[in-house]
Amino acid sequence: MAIEVKNITFSYPNSQVTAVENVSMTIEKGERVAIIGQNGAGKSTTVKIMNNIYKPTKGTVTVDGINTKNKTTAQIAPHVGYVFQNPNDQIFNDDVTKEIDYVLRYWKLSEEEIKRRREEAIDVTGIRPYLEMHPFDIPLPIRKFLTIAVVVAVSPDYVILDEPTAGQDLWGCAQLRTVMDYLQSKGKAVLTISHDMEYVAENFDRIIVMAHKNIIADGKTKEILYRPDILKEAHVKPPLSAQIAQAIGIRTKVLNLKELTAAIS
Amino acid sequence: MGVCIEFQDVSYAYPLTRKAAVRHLNCQLETGKCYGVIGPNAGGKTTFCNLMRGLCPNFYGGILKGNVLVNGKNLLEWEEEELSVQIGYVFQDPFAQVSGIKETVFEEIGMGMENLGVEAEEMIKRIVEIAKMVHVDTLLQKNPLALSGGQCQRVAFASILALNSDIIVIDEPTSQLDPEASNDVFEIIDLLKKQGKTVIIAEHKVDLLAEYCDEIIAIADGSIIAQGSAREVFADPVLREKGVRIPQVVSLALEMEEAGTPFCRMPITMEETIRMLKEKKEGK
Repeated sequence: MAIEVKNITFSYPNSQVTAVENVSMTIEKGERVAIIGQNGAGKSTTVKIMNNIYKPTKGTVTVDGINTKNKTTAQIAPHVGYVFQNPNDQIFNDDVTKEIDYVLRYWKLSEEEIKRRREEAIDVTGIRPYLEMHPFDIPLPIRKFLTIAVVVAVSPDYVILDEPTAGQDLWGCAQLRTVMDYLQSKGKAVLTISHDMEYVAENFDRIIVMAHKNIIADGKTKEILYRPDILKEAHVKPPLSAQIAQAIGIRTKVLNLKELTAAIS
Repeated sequence: MGVCIEFQDVSYAYPLTRKAAVRHLNCQLETGKCYGVIGPNAGGKTTFCNLMRGLCPNFYGGILKGNVLVNGKNLLEWEEEELSVQIGYVFQDPFAQVSGIKETVFEEIGMGMENLGVEAEEMIKRIVEIAKMVHVDTLLQKNPLALSGGQCQRVAFASILALNSDIIVIDEPTSQLDPEASNDVFEIIDLLKKQGKTVIIAEHKVDLLAEYCDEIIAIADGSIIAQGSAREVFADPVLREKGVRIPQVVSLALEMEEAGTPFCRMPITMEETIRMLKEKKEGK
């Protein structure tokens, strides 16, 4: 069971330049994978193709063996969930519970099942204090958790989060870990785009590095974050702990402050 | 140095809410300094910024108690047009700031100046200059609504810089940007500081704030819990109690202390930390 992306190329309508070129990757069910790279490297475009929001100009995407080519976005969304970078692109109901229930009602699930999924999604994302608010009155970073709650309720096998740590405080980052642990406990794959290397180092086993519309590396977190050549090409800096460790000549590959402290002492 | 913004026992509640968003704020901001505003989300950072710019209460309504003074004059006595020139405000959500009525980035950046009646020639010169400065010069002919999050954030920033205000308030300028672009934003902020502007930035990237800001103001649960130099504020245990993010190098110093090998003083930047660690190593 996997999403298989094979040699996809894509250009936006009315655009002469391609946004991604000849990209291939496989995301297995249950994996935690981070995509990193500069703004404009093609990260968001690639994951939107996986979710079938865009169709590749060339190449194929299969989800659990099903080619997405002749499917609609609505047919793929139950399998591949996508949480937008900007929550405002996604929210369209005037009420938090309506927003979460929307797809569940569209699927004509029983009231009991809708309630069960909604309550679970609310708890996992920690948005219970905001249920009475209009979605657009909820502070922006917490609004993001509403969009995550929608995807949790839909419960796809592959969950894609686009820059979830952007604008988050310590509460938000801790809540995000709760969400990811929950998704993993349910056997879901989590694919995340992030610029936050501390978050990537702490939470992901595998990193895909994108630069100039293509994948330039795909491997284990510890190896990728200690490949200065690759990181330089992608304009990414390793976690601060790794930068300090390298600057003072520590040879072990540390990825967080605890490891760094241990290595110094 | 003169005081440009002063809060005198300011409390404010948004309309239809029972709880005040901020309570009893007292602080003075000096002309030409760069201030970093930190704290948990929904703790009052944006409201603090909105108050300086008069969006609370002029735009949002609600109840304001106490006085906010901008260049010595009460906020409520300022004409809105004058205040908008005195204080440039970059919104947290860049998509909320882009006007939506201009067809190119070029016009979008020029819109504020257009409203102020700046001469066409001067306007074009400034648009081109500022576009280069924030790296949107290749986007000038694009539609503002077709930009990526990072691009839109730069354009929103550019359109405020174009107004050349003396006080610039920026609410989370880097939330949509990659690390390199975030550094660019702080370089621009540094440039503004050198031009003598007063800059107020609400941000979660505390590592960058520690490096660039003269003073840090920490706000949590609607109150100012600490104000002072980065070194003082980030070392204050009240931040950790209230769940306020601290720079990683400060966390490292605390970890080292716990491990029984403390630094001689609290480091604030990475360079400083590396230097101190090297000295420590040689000292052994």
